Amino acid sequence: MRLMTSAGAVALIVAAAACSGEKKQGAQPAAPADASYQDTLMTELLDAKPGDIIEIPEGKFSFDRSLSLTVDGVTIRGRGMDKTVLSFKGQIAGAEGLLVTASDFTIEDLAIEDTKGDALKVNEGENIVIRRVRTEWTGGPKTENGAYGIYPVQTKNVLLESNVAIGASDAGIYVGQSQNVIVRYNRAEKNVAGIEIENTFDADVYENVATDNTGGILVFNMPNLSQPGARTRVFKNQAIANNRGNFGHPGTPVATIPAGSGVVINSNDQVEIFDNDIRDNKTTNIIIASVFSSGLSKDGMSADFDGFPEGIYIYGNRMGGGGKNPDGLELQALKIAKFGPMGALPDVLWDGFSDPAKQVNGETPAPLRICVDNDSAEVINADAPNGFKSPSLVTDAVRCALDKLPAIALANGLGG
Amino acid sequence: MNTDQRKPGHSGAADRRNPESTGRQDGFRVRRVSRRPGMTEIFKQTLRIAFFTGAVFIVACARESAPQTPTFHEEGYPAKLSDWNLMSAANGVLTLSPGVVPYDLATPLFTDYALKLRTVTLPKGAAASYREYDAFDFPVGAIISKTFYYPQSSDEWAGDVSVGPEPTVAGGAMPLNGVRLVETRLLVHRAEGWVAIPYVWNEEQSDALLHRTGAAKPMTLHRADGREEAFAYVVPNQNQCAGCHATNNTTRKLAPIGLKARHLNKPSTFAEGVNQLDHWILSGMLTGAPSLPSPASGRGGGGEGSVSNLSPHPESADADSESAIPRNALWTDETESLDARARAYLDANCSHCHSDVGPADTSGLDLRPHVEFGPKFGACKTPVAAGGGSGGRPFDIVPGAPDQSIFVYRMQTTRPGDMMPELGRSTSHEEGVALIAEWIAAMDGGCD
Repeated sequence: MRLMTSAGAVALIVAAAACSGEKKQGAQPAAPADASYQDTLMTELLDAKPGDIIEIPEGKFSFDRSLSLTVDGVTIRGRGMDKTVLSFKGQIAGAEGLLVTASDFTIEDLAIEDTKGDALKVNEGENIVIRRVRTEWTGGPKTENGAYGIYPVQTKNVLLESNVAIGASDAGIYVGQSQNVIVRYNRAEKNVAGIEIENTFDADVYENVATDNTGGILVFNMPNLSQPGARTRVFKNQAIANNRGNFGHPGTPVATIPAGSGVVINSNDQVEIFDNDIRDNKTTNIIIASVFSSGLSKDGMSADFDGFPEGIYIYGNRMGGGGKNPDGLELQALKIAKFGPMGALPDVLWDGFSDPAKQVNGETPAPLRICVDNDSAEVINADAPNGFKSPSLVTDAVRCALDKLPAIALANGLGG
Repeated sequence: MNTDQRKPGHSGAADRRNPESTGRQDGFRVRRVSRRPGMTEIFKQTLRIAFFTGAVFIVACARESAPQTPTFHEEGYPAKLSDWNLMSAANGVLTLSPGVVPYDLATPLFTDYALKLRTVTLPKGAAASYREYDAFDFPVGAIISKTFYYPQSSDEWAGDVSVGPEPTVAGGAMPLNGVRLVETRLLVHRAEGWVAIPYVWNEEQSDALLHRTGAAKPMTLHRADGREEAFAYVVPNQNQCAGCHATNNTTRKLAPIGLKARHLNKPSTFAEGVNQLDHWILSGMLTGAPSLPSPASGRGGGGEGSVSNLSPHPESADADSESAIPRNALWTDETESLDARARAYLDANCSHCHSDVGPADTSGLDLRPHVEFGPKFGACKTPVAAGGGSGGRPFDIVPGAPDQSIFVYRMQTTRPGDMMPELGRSTSHEEGVALIAEWIAAMDGGCD
C-alpha cells in the first residue's frame, strides 16, 4: 500500500482540520514534520485526566524524544493512519515512540514512524484498544529498525484491530505475557514476524493478513517469563508468501525463524489453527516446534519451563504452494533427501519433540497430542531430537481431533 | 578519620543514640547544641540545622541575607526551583537552606558523567522510617532533590563538560566556579504520593525553571584521556521520571530509588568520620533501624561479604543480626570483591526496573542484589524483546566471555533503541562497562 505523506497533501488536510473544532486539540502545526508540536503533545500527555480524548490533528510531526502516557482512561486519536503521522526519524532518546503505562487506553487513527526502538509499547494495563494505527519503518525492512511495531505486554482485555505494521526487525504486531486478547483485521508485512502471540493466555487471531514477512503468524512460549501461555485460536487469516530473508538481530529468538514460514507454533499449548489461507511460504506453511530445536541455551532456561508444544489442533485450512525452498541447511537437506530437488516439504512440519516425562505407555495422552486433520495436507516429523536423521511422514498418525477452544469474549464491551 | 577518635570496639548503641552522653559529636560541630538540656524535639531539628551552621553563616554573611526555610508546596508545580527555598545560587556559591541535608550513595546511577548533589529535607520533627530493602518510608512533606551539574571545561559556557571530581559540598555550600548547573529534579512526598518535578537551570545560573516536558541539551564531553564526544544531555519529561521511579509497574506509585539502606550505608561524605546512616539516626532523621551500622561498615573496605549482608530471601532476614543493615560496595573500591562491585553497579543502574515487579519484569531479568546468579540474573539467558539490543550476541551473560554478552553491548551502545538503561544517558560509561566486562570475564564456564 502507498501512504500519503507528501507536504502538499498534508497542508491541505491541515487547512481542513483547522476549521473543525476538536476537543483538546493543540496548536496547529505547519507541514511537514513539525517539531514544535512535540512540546504541545507532551504537555497534553502530562496533563491528561481520565476520560480525556487527546486529538492529534492531521500533519506530520517530528519528535526527538519518546512520548509517554501514565494516566488511565485516556484516548489518543488522530485523523487517520495516513494523515496523522508521528515521525521519530530524528529521535535521540527513548526506547520507544510512545510508551503507555496505563489502563483503559485507546489509541486510533494515526501512524508512528521510524522509531529507534519499539513504535508503540503498552506495558501493563487492562482494557487496551489499538485501532487503525500504522507503525512503519519507512526505509524498508532493515535490521537496524526498531524491534516491535505494536507491542502490548502484560496486558489484559486487549483489542488490536485494523492496524498496519511494516518493517519491524522483530514482530510487527506482538502481544506478550497478556490475557484475553483479540487480534483482528490487521495487516502485517515486511516484518521479521508479522503477528506474534507470546506467553499469552486466551487469544483469538482472525481475519488478519500477514504477507512478505519472514514468518507470518507466530504463537510462542519463551522461558523465564512471568507466565507461560496457552489457548490461542488462529483462524480465517491469510498467511501468504512470507518469504522475506530473516533480518532479525542475531541472538533474538525471532532470528531463528526460517524465511518462508506461514504459521509457527513454538512451545505453546492448546493452539487451534483453522480456516486459514496459508500459501506459498517457501520453508513450509505450518511449523510446530519446541524450544529445544530453537538454539536456545539449556543453561539459560528455568528448570520448570515446559518447552513442548501440546494440544495443537490444525484443521480446515486451505494450504498449498509451500515448502519448495526451505531456509536453513537442515531443512534444505531434509527436503532434498526426502522429496528430491524439485519436491517440496509438506504443508505441516513438526520438529518431533514431545515431552518424555508425560508419555503414558509410550504415547502422548490424548489432550496433549498434536492433531492435524486437514484434508490432504501432509505432516512430516523432522526428527530434530535425533539430528534430523530419520524424518518421516506422519500424516495418518497425527490425524485426530481435540476439543475446540471457546471464542474469546472481551470484557467491558471491547470488540463488541 | 576526623579528630573524634572512637575507642576501638566502642560501639555502644546507647551512647550513640544519646548525643548528650558522649563526646563523639566533636566532629559534628554540634557540641553546643547537644549540651542544651531537655528539648528533645527541638534538639533533633536544631541538630540538623546546626550541622551546617558554620558554612551557612559564612555564606549568609557574604550574601547578607538570612538563610531561608524550605517551603513545601502541597500541590501544583511551582514555576521556579527557588519557590521551594531549598537552595540558592548566588555570588558563586550554591547554598543549601537550613534543614536541607546532602547525602550520597555508595554506588550511584550513571547519568552521562554528570555530578549530582542530592539532598533530603524533612518536615519539622518528622523522620523517615527504616526499611531493610525498599526505600525508606518518608513522611508526607519530605522533599528529595537531585541537582545535576558538570565541571565546565572552558570559562565561557559552550556546552563543554569534563569528567569531574567528586562534589565539593562543605557545610551546606558548594562553590560554583567552573561548575555548570544543568537541572534539579525534585521528588516531593505529598498526601497523594510522591510527585516528580523537573527544573532546568537558566542561562544565568541563578535559578532553575520548571520544565515538565524535558529537554535535550547539546554538550561535548571531554573524557579524562582527552577524547571529545558530542552528546545530547537529555532532561527527562515528567512522565519519564516515572519510567524509573514507578518501581512497581502495577501500582505505578512513584518512590525514591537511592534512599535505601544499602546505598546509604557508607562513610558520610558530608559529616567527617561518621557513617552516613549513623548521622541520620543521630540527627533524628531516621527511626526504626534494627541496629546501628557496625563500625567497620563506616570505614569502607569491608572486603568480602558486602553483598552477603543481603540475605538471599528478604523475608527471612534476621533483623537481630549484627549485620542487619545491608550495604552495597563502592563500585570503584578495589578492596571490595569484583562480584560485590559489579552487583552494586547493576543494582544502582538497573534494578529499579529489572526487579520482580518493575517495568522490566517483562524481560524476566531481575538484577536486585540478593538474586542468585542464574538465568534470572542473566546467566545464559536468551533475550526476550531486546531487538537490536541483543547486539547480535546470544545471551545476557556468557560466563567468561564479555564480548559475547548482551549486558556489555547494551551498556556500551548509545543507540536509543538498544541501550540500557533506556533513559538517562547518551554516552557510554566506559568505566562501568569495564567493570561489568571484568566481572563477566572472571566467571567460569560458558553456556550449554
